[in-house]
Amino acid sequence: MSSSDYKTIAKDGLWDNNGVFSMLLGMCPAMAMTTSATNGFGMGLATAVVMAASSFLVAIFRSRITQEVRIPVFILIVAAMVTVVDLAMNAWMHELYKVLGLFIPLIVSNCLPLARLEAFAAKQPALPSFLDGLFMGLGFTIALTAIGAVREIVGNGTLFADASLLFGPSFKAIELRLLPADTGVLMMILPPGGFLVTGLLVVVKRMVDLRAGKEIQMGGAHSVA
Amino acid sequence: MKDFALMMIGAALVNNVILARFLGLCSFMGVTTRIDTAAGMGLATTFVITVSSMADWAVQHYLLDPYGLGFLRTVTFILVIASAVQFTEMTIKKVSPSLFQMLGIYLPLITTNCAVLGVALLLVEGHMSFVGSTLFAFASSLGYSLVMVIFAGLRERLALAQVPRLFAGPPIGFIVASLLAMAFMGFSGISTG
Repeated sequence: MSSSDYKTIAKDGLWDNNGVFSMLLGMCPAMAMTTSATNGFGMGLATAVVMAASSFLVAIFRSRITQEVRIPVFILIVAAMVTVVDLAMNAWMHELYKVLGLFIPLIVSNCLPLARLEAFAAKQPALPSFLDGLFMGLGFTIALTAIGAVREIVGNGTLFADASLLFGPSFKAIELRLLPADTGVLMMILPPGGFLVTGLLVVVKRMVDLRAGKEIQMGGAHSVA
Repeated sequence: MKDFALMMIGAALVNNVILARFLGLCSFMGVTTRIDTAAGMGLATTFVITVSSMADWAVQHYLLDPYGLGFLRTVTFILVIASAVQFTEMTIKKVSPSLFQMLGIYLPLITTNCAVLGVALLLVEGHMSFVGSTLFAFASSLGYSLVMVIFAGLRERLALAQVPRLFAGPPIGFIVASLLAMAFMGFSGISTG
């Protein structure tokens, strides 16, 4: 693989084929865990670690996994990686672990990792697969942070609130208050805001792509999983 | 008895799986283009959620808890769910071949529907009895089916509407879902005690 291929992988994962805004996969954590930018960022990073690790493992073992049983094997590999992340976060990032709670084990049934394993890691060597998982995961992180940031700013008037509590004291500097207290629209923090902001951000991505003269993806890759 | 009834209303309407807990959104956006497929998917998922929650309860209480294997929960639960989906597929094929024809391709995908694993994990966290957890799972999945059918009805109408090109497809779906979620917030006035 040449370096331009790696560039394509990175660009695809971060923007062109962004897991949330283009392929519309992994919607559950993208809406449930984005009540603030900090939560979205943490959730995204956990998913990125799982995706990079499981893509790498599947790529290594791809010649040994037979076609008929590949889906159960993929799910088990993802489940093992999720368990590792789950235990590690419980030990070393306990505050964040308590906030994300249910949605850490639910990375298993997030369709995005499975879709990348099936579409990419099952056919490619280890290094590109690892990078694909990593960049798809980072694109997912960007999407979740963006949704979380919009919801937090409009709903609460803050940005990255509690980041120092969840990631450590050095993150104190990025905690911002953009609007005076008590001016937020509570609806944005509640479930309807999640649907609304996600829908509007998909439109924003389409507008940007249209400006850049690219085809806009109308349907998204509709995997029903 | 009254406790159970209140808990079931809470699980189905107030804390709706899709609109309040954000579980199973992939199928919510994916298979709601027609009412009949949405209803079939709701039915099959209801069956899988109820059966796999019963099995997961037994696994948790007789296997994982006594031997201190709590850390294997994610892996075991996903295996139990995959088996329950397989079992459902075989049962439907035997009992109702016509329904099997209709649902065919959607059935295996229930394994990666996060509503199934999500409800099972919620039950473990809730520390409920066997009857309580089975009723909770059943009520949650009824709430799931209800929202699937309502949303499919809305989307059938939406297909005929003139939507700005940038909003066509999923984005307008999300905005409609947002309005639906607002409507369901009305249920939060019901005290589920």
